[in-house]
Amino acid sequence: MLKIENLHATVDGKQILKGLTLEIAPGEIHAIMGPNGSGKSTLSYVLAGREGYEVTEGSVTYKGQDLLAMEPEERAVAGVFLAFQAPVELPGVGNANFLRTALNAVRRAKGESEVDAIQFLKLARARMKVLNMPDDMLKRPVNVGFSGGEKKRNEMLQMAMLSPTLALLDETDSGLDIDALKMVADTVNSLRGPTFSALVITHYQRLLNHIVPDHVHVLSAGRIIRSGGPELAQELEATGYAASVAAA
Amino acid sequence: MTAVNTTGAGAFLARHEGLRARLPGAGLPWVVAMREAAAAAFRAQGFPTRRVEAWRYTDLAAVNGTVFGEALTGVDDALALPATGNSRAVFVDGRFRADLSTLDGLGYTVESLAVALPSLEGRLGAVARPAEQALAALNGMLFEDGLVVTVPAGVAGGVLELLSFATLSDRAPAYHPRHLVRLAEGASLTLIETAAGPAAARYLHNPVFEIEVAARARFNHGRLQQEGLDAFFLSTVYAAVAEGGTYDNFTLNAGARLARNEIHVALAGPKAECHMNGVQLVADGQHADTTTALDHAAPDCASRQTYKTVLAGRSRGVFQGKILVRKVAQKTDGYQMNQALLLSPDAEIDSKPQLEIYADDVKCSHGATVGELDADNLFFLRSRGIPLEQAKAILVEAFLTEAVEAVADEAIRAALSGAVSGWWQRQGVAGGIEVA
Amino acid sequence: MPAVTETLETVQSVTEGGYKWGFETDIEMEFAPKGLNEDIVRFISAKKNEPAWLLEWRLKAFAMWKKMEEPSWAAVSYPKIDYQDAYYYAAPTQKVKPKSLDEVDPELLKTYAKLGIPLKEQAILAGVEGAGDTPADGGRMPIAVDAVFDSVSVATSYKERLAKDGIIFCAISEAVQEHPELVRQYLGTVVPQADNYFAALNSAVFTDGSFVYIPKGVRCPMELSTYFRINAKSTGQFERTLIIADEGSTVSYLEGCTAPQRDENQLHAAVVELVALDDATIKYSTVQNWYPGDAEGRGGIYNFVTKRADCRGARSKVSWTQVETGSAITWKYPSCILRGDDSVGEFYSVAITNNRQQADTGTKMFHIGKNTRSTIVSKGISAGRGQNTYRGLVKISPKAAGARNFTQCDSLLIGDECGAHTVPYIENRCMSAKVEHEATTSRIAEDQLFYCRQRGLSEEDAVGLIVNGFCREVLKELPMEFAVEAQKLLQISLEGSVG
Repeated sequence: MLKIENLHATVDGKQILKGLTLEIAPGEIHAIMGPNGSGKSTLSYVLAGREGYEVTEGSVTYKGQDLLAMEPEERAVAGVFLAFQAPVELPGVGNANFLRTALNAVRRAKGESEVDAIQFLKLARARMKVLNMPDDMLKRPVNVGFSGGEKKRNEMLQMAMLSPTLALLDETDSGLDIDALKMVADTVNSLRGPTFSALVITHYQRLLNHIVPDHVHVLSAGRIIRSGGPELAQELEATGYAASVAAA
Repeated sequence: MTAVNTTGAGAFLARHEGLRARLPGAGLPWVVAMREAAAAAFRAQGFPTRRVEAWRYTDLAAVNGTVFGEALTGVDDALALPATGNSRAVFVDGRFRADLSTLDGLGYTVESLAVALPSLEGRLGAVARPAEQALAALNGMLFEDGLVVTVPAGVAGGVLELLSFATLSDRAPAYHPRHLVRLAEGASLTLIETAAGPAAARYLHNPVFEIEVAARARFNHGRLQQEGLDAFFLSTVYAAVAEGGTYDNFTLNAGARLARNEIHVALAGPKAECHMNGVQLVADGQHADTTTALDHAAPDCASRQTYKTVLAGRSRGVFQGKILVRKVAQKTDGYQMNQALLLSPDAEIDSKPQLEIYADDVKCSHGATVGELDADNLFFLRSRGIPLEQAKAILVEAFLTEAVEAVADEAIRAALSGAVSGWWQRQGVAGGIEVA
Repeated sequence: MPAVTETLETVQSVTEGGYKWGFETDIEMEFAPKGLNEDIVRFISAKKNEPAWLLEWRLKAFAMWKKMEEPSWAAVSYPKIDYQDAYYYAAPTQKVKPKSLDEVDPELLKTYAKLGIPLKEQAILAGVEGAGDTPADGGRMPIAVDAVFDSVSVATSYKERLAKDGIIFCAISEAVQEHPELVRQYLGTVVPQADNYFAALNSAVFTDGSFVYIPKGVRCPMELSTYFRINAKSTGQFERTLIIADEGSTVSYLEGCTAPQRDENQLHAAVVELVALDDATIKYSTVQNWYPGDAEGRGGIYNFVTKRADCRGARSKVSWTQVETGSAITWKYPSCILRGDDSVGEFYSVAITNNRQQADTGTKMFHIGKNTRSTIVSKGISAGRGQNTYRGLVKISPKAAGARNFTQCDSLLIGDECGAHTVPYIENRCMSAKVEHEATTSRIAEDQLFYCRQRGLSEEDAVGLIVNGFCREVLKELPMEFAVEAQKLLQISLEGSVG
């Protein structure tokens, strides 16, 4: 499904990822934990294809394709979804318009018919009900004036609507209260299945109480220094990262 | 050849003709050439009329119609100046007065331009643009003296005062000092300039500043314009700032019957910075104009401008401010705000902020507001027992705060606060403020 | 390739294909001889069978024009116009108005079809009697259309229906014949003949345009629309529009424009005069899509237009909305004279310049009456080598107690070969007036573009979406049908430019 091999990447000429190797099988959820500055966000941006994140060595294949050769929107319609740590505001762009445009781009790529405004509203409202989002959030400009929690809810709405095959959650849990945290977890869990994989990037273990990962990895200084099962997250919570880093 | 002009551009051109052989630098071919070029530029432009876009709101007809005489050489030695403890250079009627100045142990050089002229080839005229600004051309044609400040690399120059006084004269003298300030790499200096004169004296003070701020140098330039109320103050400042350098200009435009405070700053090296702030206090019968032009000519530069104008009586205030961002000046961060407060139904404010942008990765904005004192605020203060005049004073002061607080240099800020409250008291007495 | 670089390159790679209205209609035309002199003015007036007073009025304008100089203060540059090298009168050779669709020149009908304007009313537009009395499209609010083809108005629809309410909507040449008293009373009272160089030229040689009169207390039951098209070669178009909203009336008027692709520049110098009496409201919307010239700046329309509204009456209101995507050069400042107490002026503008287009546009708000209010929202988008200038004046007279103005000017730059300029003038002589002006300049942020692309949008769609968002405050002021068209137009104007 996703195969990252010996990935090296720089940002502004600074080496951030230094030989990261990771493989995610279909249906698996992997968690990446690590201290600040270990390269967690860089990894998600490299996978999504953001400008300014330069791969200097290594490879990433996604469903057998060279992911790194693809444009950001090609990756998106191929099923890669990045839930942003800081969702971007788009002044004047209606949330519904934005999401329908995105949904139809994804549907076109899948060879499905596009949805019209009425069909879209039906689909969106159903999802929003689950996410406990008021209808008027569709009318508001994308993320403009949204609270931190509303922005994350909006990311989850987009993820649920676009039904990706690989979700990258970049510290989606940061700054969330317990109810919002559960909402994020519920959304991911609802998508869980044999064709849905996820890479959950987080600083804390608490999200992983709700999204139980198949594998947990510790990222430090641009490479994975330890891997294990869900119990590794518990251990890190208790002992901190320092011990693992020192041992590596 | 027509009859000899007694007023207007012709009179000044004639004066140049007549004084040609006697003006400072008459024996220096490069000075002569520079004066001739300035004269040609001034002949071509004359005193700009309101048809010239840059002078749309300021009419020089009164200057044009005045018969000006020559400033007499130092006659007044009775000037008693209070000591401030700062170093200072004193000019009387446009001429440097060593006898009144205190310039010991500075660690940098301060000279009279008239004296230093032979050594200034290549430096004099390096930043001024007489072909574009008529008043700089007039100055270039007739300058006689000025201050030359040179701060060597790495030297922290501290505070220097520049006092420029006019004496009472019935000749309506016109003087055109040319001041040069050069800060070498990493140097710093605060210059506090005060221009003042007797209330009843008519004169033309037409100074031109040429300022060069080298890499990582910092120049704080505070200007308190409190000329006599019958004077014409037409000032043009040119500053060029190199990489990582900073030019701070604060101008209080409070005196003179007609005042033009024109500032041209070029941010010529990457990461250069410029802060321009100012307060215009315009009372009955006065016309005050601040015109700024900021040229972002290098990447990663930042500029900040805040100007506040308070108008009382029958007065007119003008603010024009242009930010130019050249194609090379990517990552420019430019901000400008100008606000005016009208205290009288007979006051007029004209404001023309302007952006001219040729680079795409920039953040530039400007804002302008015009209004009167907020009636609710005024009522609130009065409901707490504060008398009306005092309540107004408080609100006007609050209005000015933003511009005054933006002044980084404490010495300048202190001098400014004093000048503002003095002006305010005079207005209160003069009754130039309309009850809202 | 980095997204931003790509945007730049694609913006620069615009091709002629971007202009979809560049067809020429091959119909028989009648021309007056090339050149401009008193005889031409007389010829036009005679052709229109005008009364003597109007001929005098034109000749006076022509005499004034000859003494005037072409303005040079705008931030636009173009080669000197040879006013003698153009036709000032060109008309389809159709002598009598058609009585049925069959009588209409089929080429003309094809033109309408290609225009894609709300011409489900084509039959009506072509002048088929009675066709306007039933709604065109299942009860949808119809739009009454006047089409001006080069120099003459070719058809006006829904006239009879409007007449039931006493509304006059016709070609101005027709109004001169049918309602001379109204034309004479108002013509030139908002934009005098000698107002400016182009207005004087227009006053001398205007050939047609629309005339609207809404009687007292009448709310116009449908949108009124005029469609302007320059077709013939070397032809100037000088239409003149006059709209009078009598006391308590309301009208919404739409204006659209196209022209064929040509290598040479063509001059369009229109004058629009609006008069709003007590409690009247006029909403004037423009989607300007004149041919902008090709990527190298060859050809395109010079759009030098004078539009002004006189809010003569108390509580009157005029709202200008414009979407300017076309023309090689746009020189246009729809203005409001807020004379009546409590009158309101609004100006909402989107201007796009791509390739080598130049636009110098904005508004003037003259506050004269008490408690007058004005709002200005301007969105400028510069791409390619386009130069885009907002120029505006807010002038408040000493008597305009309590006047208010709010101005917001935002510029968006796409690429580093273009320019965005903001030149507001604020002149206030009233103590109790309050004026606020804000201007910003920015580009499409890299993170916005990436966010959209991460959700699967192509770069072109992402830019289109973000630009439409940037313009939203203005687009929402447009009537529904126009808003959709304008959004598409925005996308098309940048299309070929992005993606």
